[in-house]
Amino acid sequence: MDDIAIKFENISKQYRLGLVSTKTLSHDLNRWWQTSVLRKEDPYLRIGETNDRSTKGESEYVWALRDINFEVKKGEVLGIIGKNGAGKSTLLKILSRVTTPTTGIIKAQGRIASLLEVGTGFHPESTGRENIYMNGSIMGMTRKEIDSKLDEIVEFAGVARYVDTPVKRYSSGMTVRLGFSIAAHLEPEILVVDEVLAVGDAEFQKKAIGKMQDVSQGDGRTVLFVSHNMGSMATLCDTGIILEKGRLVYSGLIKDAINTYISNSAKESSYECHFSNKDLYFKNIYFRNSIDKKPSKVFPYDKPFNICFELNHKRNIPQDTVLSFTIFDIQKRPLFSSHKVLHNKINDIVVQVPAHLLLGGGYYLRPVLHIPNICFLDKIPEDIYFEIEDTGSIHSLYKNADLGFINVNLVWNETDEKMD
Amino acid sequence: MAESGKWTTIIKPTTGLFDIDFKELIRYKDLWRMFVKRDIVTQYKQTILGPLWFFVNPALTTIMYMVVFGGIAGISTDGLPQPLFYLSGICLWNYFSTCLLKTSSTFKDNENIFGKVYFPRLIMPVSTVSSSLYTFGIQLILFVAVYIYYIVAGVPVAPNIYLLLLPVLVIMLAGLSLGFGIIISSLTTKYRDLSILFTFIVQLWMYATPIIYPLSVMSPKKQWIAALNPVTSIVETFRYATLGTGTFDWWQLGYSFIFMCVVLGVGIVVFNKVQRSFMDTV
Repeated sequence: MDDIAIKFENISKQYRLGLVSTKTLSHDLNRWWQTSVLRKEDPYLRIGETNDRSTKGESEYVWALRDINFEVKKGEVLGIIGKNGAGKSTLLKILSRVTTPTTGIIKAQGRIASLLEVGTGFHPESTGRENIYMNGSIMGMTRKEIDSKLDEIVEFAGVARYVDTPVKRYSSGMTVRLGFSIAAHLEPEILVVDEVLAVGDAEFQKKAIGKMQDVSQGDGRTVLFVSHNMGSMATLCDTGIILEKGRLVYSGLIKDAINTYISNSAKESSYECHFSNKDLYFKNIYFRNSIDKKPSKVFPYDKPFNICFELNHKRNIPQDTVLSFTIFDIQKRPLFSSHKVLHNKINDIVVQVPAHLLLGGGYYLRPVLHIPNICFLDKIPEDIYFEIEDTGSIHSLYKNADLGFINVNLVWNETDEKMD
Repeated sequence: MAESGKWTTIIKPTTGLFDIDFKELIRYKDLWRMFVKRDIVTQYKQTILGPLWFFVNPALTTIMYMVVFGGIAGISTDGLPQPLFYLSGICLWNYFSTCLLKTSSTFKDNENIFGKVYFPRLIMPVSTVSSSLYTFGIQLILFVAVYIYYIVAGVPVAPNIYLLLLPVLVIMLAGLSLGFGIIISSLTTKYRDLSILFTFIVQLWMYATPIIYPLSVMSPKKQWIAALNPVTSIVETFRYATLGTGTFDWWQLGYSFIFMCVVLGVGIVVFNKVQRSFMDTV
């Protein structure tokens, strides 16, 4: 019980859509009448729909978050995963007390510092040093605390030369580094980080990730992290939750959370184009079982399968046209590519992927028609998803280990003699 | 179980009206100091005259009033030299109206920073009122300079014992402007119309206060109307203490003081309620 750092209990948040100013007064009066005079429930709390931004709703009230319940342990790094509009930022805003929940309660142990947007409250006219004091005090540090940390902050941000220069002369990267550095040295028990790492350069990202790991592992502090970058999510976080349309749909280990999220969001396992004004384009792309020729998206690891491309061309295919594709892993890191020079009058191409090539998991295919280094003839808007099912390979013995993606047959020689 | 002691931060929906965390305010006193310092320093950064600009405003206003109200309209100044009379009113009124206008746009001006980090929002208007004291102090120096000039020149003005009330007067002005300002700023988060109306009201308010005229020009029967204005007695007391003219009445001053306490109290309660959710409506 004592090792819980934050506890979310039934957190919901309702927003009003549209122009806020219209009808506010009448709604306010109505609400006041219903709740204070008639002692009824707030009439506007009952209505409100799930927050699906693409469909037009009936009500102008919407639930950005609905009944969120979870706990974060001390020293844990929790990743919050979700599409745009899933409620991630709202959750962080409530946590950093920028806005209040409509219902529910959050209990936390210790100081919460948020990096919702670093460099907030930086005054462009003031120098770096002045801004460190300013920003530090905004985040609740006392003057003494800042005094003792000043050198460390400046050093970590790498802005020692500029510390007495107005912040308006800083590059955007420097501003972010300074902001992150201040917050990271706050020593809060709970640190809320939202997509800050996207801004700095590679070197700083590494440093920042290292600092966050120090914070969680070394000092036993808790970090809540929001990012769309599944790679950094996977390296940083221990556990993860998935938000979907304001509801908590998954909570568990980060690896499982990422996999669940990705396989939920990538449903397209084929591609079809009915019309295009391009001279040469992909008409149809799909996967099929190479034995019974049935289209599918899941293939056993020990059976070969086909990638089928149907092309359409209005004129002759230009010389040197190449069909290339790249296979990506679930976190969209490229694994390998293959290329084929097209001859004229080709319509259908079938690629045989051998058995025992890919390990179990989700993959993406990204095909392209191009004349290498000259021009692209056709691309498809979204990568196509397929899965390899591990139905009992030797790798499946190590369920939770990250073993890579490619199966390689190496020659293992056993010998009793000494090697020379 | 020591459940309640374990959690140090609790975030919940709307709190009661009087659930105001004053302890937290005190914990953030360093932030208040930073804001005050920032306000003062940034005001004249990249200007050549720097703080001297604070003299220019009241000096020019005084000259303008001398021409328009003293010269053209011929309004009495209770037999006092015009610069002295106008300047005394302008100093006080400038402080009051600056605080009022600045605090009344607290939420609108700080939307950006309020939207990203949490700190007790009340720090913002309180530091505005504090940093404006600096400007007020400088303008008061101008008044004192003019005052000494006239004393040396032989005009029969002299400060009296009531000058000891000056700190109280300043606190009352600060409290009134803070109270009104935060009420307006809380209301404008939802109803923007008010902020437009408010600038106009502040202008009118000045004419309802004995700044450009002494209270004595009003017929005694009508003076009670002017006395309803809580700023009236503050200005009159200041003039009485420094220049020896005008009216002084403990009851009047007491009324203003109670008025201030009520406005400030209501203001803090309203502001506290609005600050928690204003990001959704602003």
